[in-house]
Amino acid sequence: MKKLFVIASLAGAIGLPLTGHALEFNALQPDKSSLGFTYKQMNVAMQGRFRKFTGQVRFDPAKVSNASVNLDVDLASIDTGSPEGDDAVAGKQWFDTRAHPVAHFTSSRITPLGGNRYDVAGELSLKGRTQPVSAPITVAVEGGNAAFDGAFVIKRADFSIGEGPWADFGVVANEIRVTFHVIAAGK
Amino acid sequence: MNKYTTVAIMLHWLMAFALIGMFALGFYMAGLPLSPIKLKLFSWHKWTGVTLFILASVRLAWRIGHRAPPLPGYMRRGEQMLAHGGHRLLYLLMFAIPFSGWLMSSAKGVQTVYFGVLPIPDLLHRNRELGEQLQTLHWGLNLLLAAMVIGHVAAALKHHFIDTDDVLTRMLPCRGKR
Repeated sequence: MKKLFVIASLAGAIGLPLTGHALEFNALQPDKSSLGFTYKQMNVAMQGRFRKFTGQVRFDPAKVSNASVNLDVDLASIDTGSPEGDDAVAGKQWFDTRAHPVAHFTSSRITPLGGNRYDVAGELSLKGRTQPVSAPITVAVEGGNAAFDGAFVIKRADFSIGEGPWADFGVVANEIRVTFHVIAAGK
Repeated sequence: MNKYTTVAIMLHWLMAFALIGMFALGFYMAGLPLSPIKLKLFSWHKWTGVTLFILASVRLAWRIGHRAPPLPGYMRRGEQMLAHGGHRLLYLLMFAIPFSGWLMSSAKGVQTVYFGVLPIPDLLHRNRELGEQLQTLHWGLNLLLAAMVIGHVAAALKHHFIDTDDVLTRMLPCRGKR
């Protein structure tokens, strides 16, 4: 009996949601989060990532209507796998990072899909163009952190990414799958 | 019988032209700035490399099953050993070069997908440093092949014009007309 009491108070002390008490996850942890992308190049599956991004997350499982996410991605922090590739995509025909250094995502609506699944709809601004995007995500709460995992597909032509000779989708496919793993700590 | 089989002759010349073409293509494409053309050339180079690896396997199997005609009897023991050693090294490079290219491709994070259809498994994980080392290896093996081919051609010409034997002509496809 005494042992049970100790476990219960320990759980309370480290903030385990034993009673489902509401906790808002709002401190984005960029070091623990990751943002990647996959695409086909000459029909070969390729992957890359962005090393730097910042943003704000607000997510309370009990008040999803108030949830929101804003992300700013430093486009020059791209890792395509080769220094040659990193330099090329910073250029005018790709991201044109000198004129448009940051990609921005703002959520407009987060809808519960049942269980730990949600749909995040919002707008993505990239290279001076804004397009609606939406992504199904899963949320996993562990300890004081929430992990948001999901992916969505954009068409690079919608954002004029890869212009001129690069517009050939036979070399670099139009569809780019963006994958994210975002960790936010609760307060 | 002092002659090569038709299959051996065909494989020899097919691979001779393909290897020279691949050497030139590899040298040219590596110096290009990143562009869609460069990515296409790299893919074509890899597909051809896989094909040459398969052809080298067929050729080795054929060679094992069909004994090559002997070297001329007047050649000294040392010369015969040099000739056999050179041929062995040429065969080894015909496997080692595409293999090093395959490993290099994996380490650089670009899987080889044969004709854009058949993915060849990656034997290595993406590793930028290893990728650069393998690129150096691929280039070094190619330089060795170039030196070996020059030696091979020089030896064949010596046999033809100085020794005036049939070592060169027995590998020519049109030998019957002589």
